[in-house]
Amino acid sequence: MTPLISVKKLSKSFPGVRALHDIQFDLVAGEVHTLMGENGAGKSTLMKILAGVYTRDSGEIVYDGQPVDFQSPREAQALGVCIIHQELQLMNHLSVAQNMFIGREPRGRLGVFLDEDKLNKQASEILARMHMNLDPRAIVSTLTVAKQQMVEIAKALSFDSRVLIMDEPTSALNDAEIAELFRIIRELKSGGVGIIYISHKMDELKQISDRVTVLRDGEYVATVNAQDTSVETIIGMMVGRTLTDAEPSQRGTDKGEVALEVNHLNAGPLVRDVSFALHKGEILGFAGLMGAGRTEVARAVFGADPVESGEIIVNGVKATIRTPSDAVRRGIGYLSEDRKRFGLATGMDVESNIVMSNLSKFLSFNFFLRRNQMRKTASHFIKLLGIRTPSATQTVRLLSGGNQQKIVIAKWLERDCDVLFFDEPTRGIDVGAKSEIYKLLRELAGQGKAIVMISSELPEVLRMSDRIVVMCEGRITGELSAAEATQERIMQLATRRETLKAA
Amino acid sequence: MTQPSDSSALGSQGRSSGLRARLFSPTALQKMLAFGSLILLLIFFSFASPSFMQMDNMLGILQATAVNGVLAIACTFVIITGGIDLSVGTLMTFTAVICGVFLTNWHFPMWIGVLAAIGTGALCGSISGTLTAKMKIPPFIATLGMMMLLKGLSLVVSADKPIYFTDTDNFSMISQDSLIAYFLPSVPIPNAVLILFFLAIASSITLNRTALGRYTFALGSNEEAVRLSGVNVDRWKIAIYSLGGAICGIAGLLIASRLNSAQPALGQGYELEAIAAVVIGGTSLSGGSGTILGTIIGAFIMSVLTNGLRIMSVAQEWQIVVTGLIIILAVYADILRRRKS
Repeated sequence: MTPLISVKKLSKSFPGVRALHDIQFDLVAGEVHTLMGENGAGKSTLMKILAGVYTRDSGEIVYDGQPVDFQSPREAQALGVCIIHQELQLMNHLSVAQNMFIGREPRGRLGVFLDEDKLNKQASEILARMHMNLDPRAIVSTLTVAKQQMVEIAKALSFDSRVLIMDEPTSALNDAEIAELFRIIRELKSGGVGIIYISHKMDELKQISDRVTVLRDGEYVATVNAQDTSVETIIGMMVGRTLTDAEPSQRGTDKGEVALEVNHLNAGPLVRDVSFALHKGEILGFAGLMGAGRTEVARAVFGADPVESGEIIVNGVKATIRTPSDAVRRGIGYLSEDRKRFGLATGMDVESNIVMSNLSKFLSFNFFLRRNQMRKTASHFIKLLGIRTPSATQTVRLLSGGNQQKIVIAKWLERDCDVLFFDEPTRGIDVGAKSEIYKLLRELAGQGKAIVMISSELPEVLRMSDRIVVMCEGRITGELSAAEATQERIMQLATRRETLKAA
Repeated sequence: MTQPSDSSALGSQGRSSGLRARLFSPTALQKMLAFGSLILLLIFFSFASPSFMQMDNMLGILQATAVNGVLAIACTFVIITGGIDLSVGTLMTFTAVICGVFLTNWHFPMWIGVLAAIGTGALCGSISGTLTAKMKIPPFIATLGMMMLLKGLSLVVSADKPIYFTDTDNFSMISQDSLIAYFLPSVPIPNAVLILFFLAIASSITLNRTALGRYTFALGSNEEAVRLSGVNVDRWKIAIYSLGGAICGIAGLLIASRLNSAQPALGQGYELEAIAAVVIGGTSLSGGSGTILGTIIGAFIMSVLTNGLRIMSVAQEWQIVVTGLIIILAVYADILRRRKS
């Protein structure tokens, strides 16, 4: 079978970073080909070159038997190569149909006015063909993330795409939505569309993928069949060694004194009457479904969102926390799930970001920056956490997700907080860096820090937590010790809503 | 220090790539672009008109740049935070009027008048800062309101009449006398230029070497991330606007001293010239990057252009047209370089 796309000897460099070196890759019609690799392995770069977002430095891309050189996403799109970015690129104020046909709106008789009826009709035809349950007139901002993603897929199909690139399409979806997405993907496959799929989730790989290509540090490692290759083998290829992932972390046995106590906290619809206690040296897991209110609890305690009522006690003293700076002064730190929006000034360098929350420590005469001191601290953390960066003055934007996350962690370590909220600390981070972060969390707890870990990945919660608090729709529905917690127990509590309504 | 091998390896690597990065970094290229344009303009005008390169004319250009340059420095701080300050022009006038009230109406000694002008500037700046930081009014609107409010107040306080510094003989010396002429009589560069020069150095140090400066860049880069780092964002923002206001007070002193009077009707339009100088100097209007040196070069480009066109007897209407074109060109150059990087 002749491949739809074949890539040979592809290379690409950015200032200071060799992103891709001698990559090979091919995609046949009707297959799902997964790209895997740690963050910074070059998956995103490869995908963006294929979609015309970046241009390559050298190498060859053959599409449909013809060598091609896409200069823009538009050019790639016109030839049937579409990309669905992890962060969806939709116009929120426009309708589904208007989004799908933006720039290609059907015109009325005079060629001046837009033909809205025809637009909606064309859109519903495509939606119906994929059995997507979507109203073409619905405004995009009113849809769930899963539905918005469908709009992106439908938009790609309206171009008669033959290659569809999906970058972590399931990262914001729940199980039912993922099942629906996979149904659509299978439908696309049977229609002969080739799909390049990027994901960090191993179980998805087994469910949906035909072949897997692994990249490591910008180099091609291997292409294997998804069905007859074990997960361990693939992880081994990604990290260049075999991981003993199964090893359970040793847990803190004796509870220290209470570091943080929250009583009857209310803040908006997603934080209702929340109470919990957090001990020194423990990792308290917060489990629950998407939108259960776990992030909102963290933000309320941290002073990032206004609190209606309730009591926060830090180290035995009642605390008034109205702003994040109040919280930080009392030794509470919060690592946001969305590090680009809330965690980092990505346009600034590594060093500035690391010292950002504790700049007053680096001043002489309370005014001038002590730059040597800052540089020394930055170098210390770069080495301590293994941050892969050419220098402390590298712009953060140019680093990979895992390294960016380490910078956020460094920022809070530098501040020396006693209570740390980690909100989805391993989201979008590869397997190798994940286990480093786990180790780091355990070490911090070992040093007596009190840690709250919010995570949507149950195996992660089970593996890391000393105790687990489960939330559903803004309320705490249960608390489990590490010994009694299982995936089933957690899911029961996380879906407590139904039983409550039934009662 | 304890691991010499490691730190030295890191250090040398940092240094060699650092030097190259500094020479060819986008901001450096932009600076050179602005600087190159300034040189080209100087060469062009000196060929176009023999009187352009005369000492008198050069001093005129320097003198004319002083006020706009100082205002542009004030704007640079605010613009790097991702904000804008439209009130710098009328605030300058207001501080001049207040200075006049202190010196002429109330007969205070000169140094109190100077402090009054700078203090009034800082106070008004802190109001603008509070409006944006605490009350969440967009900076464009908040400072637009302040611009009109201060214009009105200047007229009210002065009863719509110029205040002359009849009591204070030395007042005009602030701007017009030349300290340099005592040492180098052949180059009587006026004090206003000297003040601009020292202010630029102090501002540059503040921007690059102090916490205030670091937060100025950080706010423009990602304000929410700074807030969630536990930094009291509101306080720093108010401090930055106050600093901008205080610098406007210095501009107020310069212009009052040059005219030896406070002219209450003056001021509107100055803010746009200042913002133009900042933008020509390569500071991004979306915040997060910018330099004082660039701003100063931008201010000089504007005044060289005005002066040169006038010497070539280009009609004033057309001078304004050319200035507009230059601003559009400068912003386009900025966008081009961003696209490349």
